[in-house]
Amino acid sequence: MSGFRLSTGGRIDRNTLLNVRFDGRRLKAHAGDTLASALMASGENIVARGFKYHRARGIYSAGAEEPNAYVHLRNESRLEPNARATTVEAFDGLISTSQNSWPDVRLDVGAVTGYISPFLSVGFYYKTFIGPFSGTRFWMFCEGFIRKAAGMGRGMKVDDPDSYDKVNAFCDLLVVGAGAAGLSAALTAGRAGADVILVEQDFELGGSLLSQPQRGETDDWLEKVKAGLKDLPNVRILTRTTAFGAYDEDVYGLIEHVSDHLQSPQNHQPRQRFWLVRTKQAVLATGAIERPLVFGNNDLPGVMLAASIQTYANRFGVLAGQRIVVSTNNNSSCQVAVQLAQAGADVTLVDARPHVCEVLAETLAKAGVAVLSGKAVICAKGRRKVVAAMIVPIDSCGKATGLAKRLDCDVIGVSGGWSPVVHLWSQRFGKPRFDEASASFVPDIRGRETVQCAGRMVAAQSLEDRINSGKSTAKSTLKALELKPSRKLHPKTPDTVLDTGWAKDIGTIWAIRDANDKTMGKAFVDIQHDVKVTDIDQAYREGYVSVEHLKRYTTAGMAPDQGKTSNIIALARMAELSGKTIPKTGTTTFRPPYTPVAIGALVGHVHGHHFAATRYSPVHDWHVENGAVMTEAGAWMRPWHYPEGEEVLRDAYIREATHVRAHVGIIDVSTLGKIAVQGPDAAEFLNRIYVNGWKTLQVGQLRYGVMLREDGFVMDDGATARLGDFDYFMSTTTANAAKVLAMSEHLLQTAWRDLKVHVTSITDQWAAFAIAGPKARDLLQLALSGAEISGEQMPNNHFVTGEIADTEVRLHRMSYSGELAYEVYVPSGFARHVWTALIKAGEAFDLRPYGTEAMGALRIEKGHVAGPEIEGRTTLKDLGLEGFASSKKPFVGSVLKGRPVLADPARETLVGLMITGEQGALPGSLIYSTNRPMQGHGEGWVSSTTWSPALGKNIALALVRKGKFRMGEDVQVVNHLENQSLTAQIVSPHFFDPEGARQNA
Amino acid sequence: MIRINCPVCGSRDENEFTYGGDANVVRPAMDEAETGPWLDYVFMRDNPRGPHREYWHHVMGCRQWLMLERDTLTHEIGDCILARGVA
Repeated sequence: MSGFRLSTGGRIDRNTLLNVRFDGRRLKAHAGDTLASALMASGENIVARGFKYHRARGIYSAGAEEPNAYVHLRNESRLEPNARATTVEAFDGLISTSQNSWPDVRLDVGAVTGYISPFLSVGFYYKTFIGPFSGTRFWMFCEGFIRKAAGMGRGMKVDDPDSYDKVNAFCDLLVVGAGAAGLSAALTAGRAGADVILVEQDFELGGSLLSQPQRGETDDWLEKVKAGLKDLPNVRILTRTTAFGAYDEDVYGLIEHVSDHLQSPQNHQPRQRFWLVRTKQAVLATGAIERPLVFGNNDLPGVMLAASIQTYANRFGVLAGQRIVVSTNNNSSCQVAVQLAQAGADVTLVDARPHVCEVLAETLAKAGVAVLSGKAVICAKGRRKVVAAMIVPIDSCGKATGLAKRLDCDVIGVSGGWSPVVHLWSQRFGKPRFDEASASFVPDIRGRETVQCAGRMVAAQSLEDRINSGKSTAKSTLKALELKPSRKLHPKTPDTVLDTGWAKDIGTIWAIRDANDKTMGKAFVDIQHDVKVTDIDQAYREGYVSVEHLKRYTTAGMAPDQGKTSNIIALARMAELSGKTIPKTGTTTFRPPYTPVAIGALVGHVHGHHFAATRYSPVHDWHVENGAVMTEAGAWMRPWHYPEGEEVLRDAYIREATHVRAHVGIIDVSTLGKIAVQGPDAAEFLNRIYVNGWKTLQVGQLRYGVMLREDGFVMDDGATARLGDFDYFMSTTTANAAKVLAMSEHLLQTAWRDLKVHVTSITDQWAAFAIAGPKARDLLQLALSGAEISGEQMPNNHFVTGEIADTEVRLHRMSYSGELAYEVYVPSGFARHVWTALIKAGEAFDLRPYGTEAMGALRIEKGHVAGPEIEGRTTLKDLGLEGFASSKKPFVGSVLKGRPVLADPARETLVGLMITGEQGALPGSLIYSTNRPMQGHGEGWVSSTTWSPALGKNIALALVRKGKFRMGEDVQVVNHLENQSLTAQIVSPHFFDPEGARQNA
Repeated sequence: MIRINCPVCGSRDENEFTYGGDANVVRPAMDEAETGPWLDYVFMRDNPRGPHREYWHHVMGCRQWLMLERDTLTHEIGDCILARGVA
C-alpha cells in the first residue's frame, strides 16, 4: 500500500493545513481528516505492530471497528493510549506515536518473537505455568516479563489535567446513529413534535452516506435532511458522541467527546461529557460493520476492509493504492470497485461466487473493473506491505480447487459480508438471531416495546429500505408516545444503481484454504490479538468448543476492539470444525461499553475532595481557626487534637485528657446521630428497639440504651431523653446514625404499622457539646441561666432547659469520660454563638477544648465500648452489657441473642490489658497464652489502645476467649504485621474509678 | 439502571434507593419466643428466577419503605406501593 491524496474530491478543507505528527514525522493533514486518513495520505504503511508476533500492521478500516491502527495520542499528562487512528479527528498540534513497538514501528526489535512463534501457541502461559511451575520462583521470575509484554499501550501515571462533566438527560426518543435510517427516524419524530436526542459518534452526520461521492444524489438528500433537522428546536443533535451502553428501564450511557478534537479543552470546557439519558423510546440505527475474509498474511499492511477503501477515497480524497484487488463474497463490493476505478485505480474484483449478476457485471465492465469469478485471494505477498495477491479458484466452502496465480497489487480489499452492530440491543435483550438470508446476526425484535431497530442494523439493504425503516420505526414510536406524524414530505430518496446491499446472493465463505484445508501462511482471525485460524483449530482439538471458552482460551475478541471484525469469523470457523450451524454454535455476549470509555469520564467531578460528601459540625470553623488538627470520622470532620506550640499528637492528647480529669474540658459531639422519636406509642417503640426498659422513664430524664440487630448481635448504643409525654430525643453513635434510622423506619413501616410513632433525623438540626471535668458544674452554673443544676437538683441522667448567652439550650447530665459531665444541646444555627460563649465563660475555670484522641483515651480508661468493640460480631455478654437487657419484655434480637453459638461461654469477652513496658499495643494485635505455642489466630485481639494519662501506663481493651475468668493472667500481645510482641496482664476493663465516684459527684 | 416509580416522589433512578431485601418474609410477633420462626425471618430466603417481591427504601427521597415486584431475570419493575399500605 502506498496511499496518496487525490487531486480533487473528499469532504476535507484542502485550504487548511494541520500540523499533525506521527512518530515525529509531519503528516499531510487537512481539516476534516482523521488521523488514519492523514497517515494514509502521507504514505505511512506501517502504523502499528502486532500484539504477539510484532508483525507490521497497517490501517485496516475507517471506523470504530479498527483492529490495527491504535496509537498513543498527545503526550505527557495528556497521553492517551489505544486511540483509534480511524476515529481520531485530525487537529492542529496533534501528536501521535506508535505503540507496542521498539524502537519504532518501522524497525521493531520485538519482531523476533515471530521466529519463536511456534512456542507462543494458544494456552502457552496456562500450560507452562500451571502444573510444575505454578507458584514457583520461576513463575515469579517470569511474571514481570510476561506482564510487561501483555496489554497494549502505555498508561499515564500522573494526574489527568482535564475535567469531565456529567449530564442527566430525559427525552421522548433517543436515536442512536445518524446514517440514512437514523436521520430519517429523527426527522420523522422531530417533525411530529417529539423531544428527540440524535447521537452520532462521528464528527459529521451521514454515516455511510459520507462514503459516497461528493455532490452526488445522496449528498443532496443528506443536506436537505440536515437542514430539516436544524429547523427543529425539539431535536438535540449530539455529534462526536458514542452511545456505549444500554441499560434497564431505557437508560443509555453516552460519551460526548467535547474537546478530543482539540489540542486541549478550551474555555473551561470539559474534555468529555458523560450523558445518562432516560428515554421513553429508542431507535437504534447503528449500522453494520464489514467482515473480513481470512487468508494467509491477511494482516499485511495493504489488506483492508473493502468499503473502507471507498470511504478513504470519497470522504477523505485519499486513494489507498494504485492497483487494488477486491476479494469479496457479496454484491456490496461492486460499488466499491466501480468507485475506485472511477477514482483512477486499477481494480480487479475477485468474487468468490461462480457468477456475478448481469446488471452488475455490465456496470463493472463499463467502469473498467476486471472481474474474476469463483476465485478468492488465498495469500497476500509482501514483507512490509502488499505487493501481490495469490488468487485461486475455490469451491463453495472456500477451499482451493486449483493452482494459485500471482496478481501484482498494492492493496487487497476484503469483504466477507457485513455484521449489523447489534451491541446496544444485545446488551439489553440478550443473544441476537442469525438471519440466514443476510448471513448475519440481527436483533430478535419480538416483544420489545421501547426499543426499535432500523437500517443496516436489521440488515436493511438498499438506501431506500434503510430510509424507510428509519421512518417506519419512528412512526411506531410516535404511536407509543401518542404523537401524530407530520404530513410534511421527506426529501426524495436517491436512486443509485449500485446500491445493492450485501445480502442478495451472498456466498458464505469465511476463510480461504488450500485443497488440504490448510491456510497459506499465518492467517489471522483476530488481527488485534494475533489469533490465527490454526489457534481456533487447536482450541477445538483441545475441547474448548463453547464460544465463551473459545474466546477465553484463544483470547479472540478480547482486545480493545472487542472483536468487532473477528468474533463472527472465529465463530464460523468453530461451526465449520464442529459441523454445526452458526446459530447452534452460539454467539458471545455483548457487554458495555461499545467502544472503550475513559474511567475519568464516568467519574466526572466525583473524585478527590468531591468523591463523597464531607459533613461539618456547625462549629467546624472555630476548630480550624483555633488550631485543631482535624480527622475524618466517617463522612464527618472532627477535631482530633488541639496542639499547643510544638506538640505532636501524643503530647497534645495526653495534655488534653489530663486537663479534663484535673480541671474541665469541652468537646464538640455534634456528629452524634440524633433522632426525634415522637408519637403516643414512642415509649413502646423504644421498649422494642432497645434491650432495656423505657416505660418508667419520666419527662426530664434520660437513659443509656443498647440496641441489637435482628440476629442478636449488638448494633449501637446511646442515650435517649424524654422531652415530653410523646416526645423523645434519641442519640446514636456517629457511625450508626443512618443504620438506626433506616431500621426504625423499616420496622415502623412494615412490621409495626400499628405503632403511632414518627422517627425523624435531626442530626443536622442540633449541635452538641460535652463539658467534662471536676469544674464542669461550676462553669455551667455561671454560664447557664434559668435552671438549677446542683448535684441534688440535677443528678445523673436528667436534663434541664435554660439559656446560655440568651440562647435556649438543653443540658443533659451524662458522662462518657467518667468525669462529672454534661452535654449541651443547641440548635445548629446558634451553635457557634453558644460555643464561644462557653469558651469565654470557661476562661475563669481554665476550660480547654479537647479532641477525639483525648476522648478515646478517657473512654478506654473507663472501659466504655465504642466502634472498635461494637463491630458487628460482639454480643451483649461479650461486651459485659448483658445487665442492661430486660428479661421482662421482648425486644429486637431478644430471641436470637440466645442462640447457642452466641451464648457459648468460650466466646471472647471484653477485658482490659495492662501492657508491660514503654511500648503501647497496636490495635488488631493478637492475644496468645504465654504457656501455649503461638499458633493461628490466637485467643483474642486488641480492639482499642492508648497510653493512659490517669494511670501512667499503656493500656488496651481487648476481646479475649473466656476473658472474664482470666483476670490477672499474663498474655502475649503480638502484631505480626509490625513484628511487635509485648506482654500484658488481663485486668478489668474499668481501669479508672470503677465505682464511678467522679461522674456522680 | 433500574427506575422505580415511587408513589410519593414519582419515577426516580435506583441510586436514590437502597435495596431492602425479600418482602415475602413476615416478621414474627413480638412475643414469639421460639427460635425457629426468628431464624426463618432473619436468614432463610428463596432465590427465585423471575418475579420477586422486595423492599426498597427511598433513602435519598421521601424515606418511605416501598414494596415492588422485580423480575430477577429481566430487571423489569412491576407496581410499586408503600410498604405501610400493604393490606
